[in-house]
Amino acid sequence: MTDENIKQAIIGIINDINPDEDTSNINPAERLRDQLDLDSMDFLDIVMELRKRYGVHVPDTDYEHLASLDSCVAYLRDKMADKELVS
Amino acid sequence: MSHYDAIIIGAGMSGLGAGIRLAMFDKRVVVLERHYVWGGLNSFYQFQGHQFDVGLHAMTNYAPRGAKGLPLTRLLKQLRIRWDELDLHQQGHSAVSFPGTKLKFSNDFELLRGEVAAAFPDQIDGFDALVKAVREFNELDLDAPTQNARTIVESHISHPMLVDMIFCPLMFYGSARENDMDWDQFVVMFKSIFFEGFARPQQGVRHILKLLIDRYRRSGGELRMKTGVKRILMDGARATGVELDSGETLTAETVLSSAGLVETGRMCGQEPGAQATGKLSFTETINVLDKPARDLGIDETIIFFSNTERFNYAQPAGLCDTTSGVICMPGNFDLPEQPKDHLVRITNIANFDRWNALERDGEDSPYNRAKREWYTRSSDDVLAHIPDFRASTTLVDMFTPRTIRHYTGHEGGAVYGSPIKKRTGASGIEGLYIIGTDQGFLGIIGAMLSGISMANRWVLQRDGATVETT
Ligand SMILES: Cc1cc2nc3c(=O)[nH]c(=O)nc-3n(C[C@H](O)[C@H](O)[C@H](O)COP(=O)(O)OP(=O)(O)OC[C@H]3O[C@@H](n4cnc5c(N)ncnc54)[C@H](O)[C@@H]3O)c2cc1C
Repeated sequence: MTDENIKQAIIGIINDINPDEDTSNINPAERLRDQLDLDSMDFLDIVMELRKRYGVHVPDTDYEHLASLDSCVAYLRDKMADKELVS
Repeated sequence: MSHYDAIIIGAGMSGLGAGIRLAMFDKRVVVLERHYVWGGLNSFYQFQGHQFDVGLHAMTNYAPRGAKGLPLTRLLKQLRIRWDELDLHQQGHSAVSFPGTKLKFSNDFELLRGEVAAAFPDQIDGFDALVKAVREFNELDLDAPTQNARTIVESHISHPMLVDMIFCPLMFYGSARENDMDWDQFVVMFKSIFFEGFARPQQGVRHILKLLIDRYRRSGGELRMKTGVKRILMDGARATGVELDSGETLTAETVLSSAGLVETGRMCGQEPGAQATGKLSFTETINVLDKPARDLGIDETIIFFSNTERFNYAQPAGLCDTTSGVICMPGNFDLPEQPKDHLVRITNIANFDRWNALERDGEDSPYNRAKREWYTRSSDDVLAHIPDFRASTTLVDMFTPRTIRHYTGHEGGAVYGSPIKKRTGASGIEGLYIIGTDQGFLGIIGAMLSGISMANRWVLQRDGATVETT
């Protein structure tokens, strides 16, 4: 999976969590929480969906790495290298 | 014998909320419901060809589409339901009506603030200070110590009737305690009623339940109706499953119970403490009118009233206390179509033991005579607050605390459960958690959020933790 695919994977999950949210203009360097209506319950969902869709396990202590799209890419690049994007 | 990741007792709002979360993430989950319809305290029935809702006057916690950080938005995200699907229509306005004073409120908080300023000019600073305290309190911190709301409210507001006028709707819509509330519950109710406000789907509670059931089934959850739980199975100090009324046993890693604290305790063989059973139950009369309530000059959506300056939210000595209550006009929401039935619903506080002691058999039984007598008294006692609707009434139905117990299993017909709340859900027994009313999140939205957050905390998050350590 490319870096761009990883971003798409995360955005795809966010769209499923909150279809009423506009995700078309996310700044990848900025914290997701500051741009979107995401609380800790939603981060749990992102983690659960990563596991369900891609078999990637993110332990509690690593949640902070999911703060922005860029940090997601840096953290997930190795874990998701051999995965296919699920639409 | 079947083994599950989680067994959920009760297909009410909280049980379905929890069930959806767990099914969504591929947990093996079953919801067990004793009754033949789902919804619990919030359900529906047919009566002489009419469709009536139980519970749902109004959905509290209204939030417009996309509103950030509010309970309704949080709920929709967690259940993956789009805002549109709820089909919400807002109230016109409602009121708190006490002798000589009426405070209107709507989903725009400024209306209430203006009404308080006009009726109680010397109290508005105190009211503002109270509002600030409510706004700043984080009711989601489940580990915060509890305080009495009355002490805090009275520290800001010195006019006793205004204090009671503020408490009145919050108590009627959610207090399991007599004449006081826990501060965190007060905050939850204040925000949900005064800041956020009321709305309802065109089709009432049926519509919400249908969304939940569909969502649960599509996610692969199993639902068993007419399946009561008789006993919770234990291995030492740990819950391991349930025994059904039929004698069948099911085992699970985790049991989530929405049956209530006292009721769940009994299923574990525990006798409840004297203070544990809730004392607050209600009667409700449903009047079908021959014309819309508005045509009779009734403009409010909901009226919370007291005929005395001091509002007494306590179990009455007699069958009912009709000197206070809630009057709901479901047709006065901003609905796209006027509902088929024109209804006025009146709720009063009632005494479970008194109703329960009455002999029920036969049309002229003491129970049925009491219903007719209290129906009349209840209708008479609302006339200080709405124009006389009695001549327009074509059909009446009434339910009592006994009806509530029969259909929901809540001891004492206690609509808001036990005065003791288990905010973290921990029951004292490992593997068994309390969800719904007795966890302490109130109302329909609260109950669903309760199921959701307990499923998250005790199954989904915990699951993450165990995977990590093994
Ligand atoms: C008259 C009335 C008016 C109300 N008005 C409003 C309103 O306008 N707005 C609002 O937001 N809220 C209102 N409420 C409150 C709302 O209905 C409740 O807060 C909410 O429905 C509670 O949901 P719950 O899941 O906690 O519990 P419940 O709805 O009680 O669900 C528990 C379920 O468990 C089942 N059960 C119990 N024991 C067993 C067992 N041993 N085995 C199997 N199943 C079992 C019961 O049958 C029930 O279906 C009202 C309630 C009533 C009664």
